[in-house]
Amino acid sequence: MPNATAYNREDAGQPPSLAPAYASTVARSPRQPLVRIPQTLTEITGPSDWGLLMGDALADLTGSHAGAPIGQRIIVAGRVLDEAHRPVPHTIVEIWQANAAGRYIHRKDQWDAPVDPNFTGAGRVITDSDGRYRYVTVRPGAYPWKNHVNAWRPSHIHLSLLGPAFATRLVTQMYFPDDPLVAIDPIAGAVPEPYRQRMVARFDLDTTKADWALGYIFDIVLRGQDATPMEA
Amino acid sequence: MSLDNQSPELFGQTPWQTVGPFFHYGLPWKGGADLIGDSPLGARPELAPPDHDVLGDPARRGPIAGEAITVMGQVFDAEGAPVPDALIEIWQANASGRYNSAADERADQPLDPTFTGFGRAATAEDGTFRFLTLLPGPTPGPGNSQQAPHIAVGVLGRGLLKRLTTRLYFAGHPLNELDPILALVTPGRRGTLLAKAVTEPGVWRFDIRLGGDDETVFFDF
Repeated sequence: MPNATAYNREDAGQPPSLAPAYASTVARSPRQPLVRIPQTLTEITGPSDWGLLMGDALADLTGSHAGAPIGQRIIVAGRVLDEAHRPVPHTIVEIWQANAAGRYIHRKDQWDAPVDPNFTGAGRVITDSDGRYRYVTVRPGAYPWKNHVNAWRPSHIHLSLLGPAFATRLVTQMYFPDDPLVAIDPIAGAVPEPYRQRMVARFDLDTTKADWALGYIFDIVLRGQDATPMEA
Repeated sequence: MSLDNQSPELFGQTPWQTVGPFFHYGLPWKGGADLIGDSPLGARPELAPPDHDVLGDPARRGPIAGEAITVMGQVFDAEGAPVPDALIEIWQANASGRYNSAADERADQPLDPTFTGFGRAATAEDGTFRFLTLLPGPTPGPGNSQQAPHIAVGVLGRGLLKRLTTRLYFAGHPLNELDPILALVTPGRRGTLLAKAVTEPGVWRFDIRLGGDDETVFFDF
């Protein structure tokens, strides 16, 4: 058996599976307790050949069509780290989002906001040897949803990471500073405070590019490896 | 300044959030559910207009050793309704029990370079999913134990704030009796982890019940 170590378990900032204010969780969350198991080779290994999986990187979400998309052009940059502040290099970050009007290109999105022919809203980037990533997009708009009367999702970008192992999988949403909808959103609100604020990006003038785009920084922290050997 | 992503005192695991209902043009890729061939299985490109199809294309594969199998199933919610907007991910070893991962350092076990062992399938409108893969070999478990052939399964979707993880084992496999993880599950619930052979050879059925009677066993690790 390799002398690999297990990954840390969830910390206090993870949401529960059942959060009744987000109505769809009620019928889609287990009622039996989860069965606690040790991490085996299955959980501490994970895929790494992105070329064979999702395909090539697509770091400019504004450049896939004939024209420029409508909306506020933004740069999002940051690092993928583990819980010991170590970079997670060469790992994939998948990105999807609504357009500037809050409309997804998805055929099931029935909201009456315009589709932008010049914006799909999907991308993927791979972190460099220092765990850094960067992509260009437009700021997504807020949109209504049917969770409750007058429910609106805050502006958000969906991010999906695999990290080095099956155990490090993460899908999250990045929110924007000074968005009043974050505080009343049942999905963000399923994460207890103060940890909810981990999902709020920071405006950053150094990331902002003069005469071109606003910049936000957003670091993503994956489960780190425990100091305890897996076999102990 | 209020707390945010860059506040040092908040540093820690980024919280999980649901994939929501609109992940189909961002997450699956064509062929994501075909781990051994070059079919486009796994994606639902019909959910995006043709000029907004940015899903990756099927991989080109070399020879892959082992017994080809089909894993199919259906995802149900606690009320027994099919879940049309779930995403199933699988992770498994190859036929020799080797994971195609830097963390599996057993160089004496052969690798198939074009078998990644990772797959992704979006459920259809009736909650069904299907993977084309191969029967994994046994893998080492804690101590000197051996794990029966199994596939790690992640369930994501609208209404799932975070991933649920389970395992697929193969009903009737002789190593199941000795598997160290199955042994941690009460006997009355073990059946939810066993894929059943259907009449067609090489086809295994594995339904996933998010709640209700016969709720699937989900793990915490």
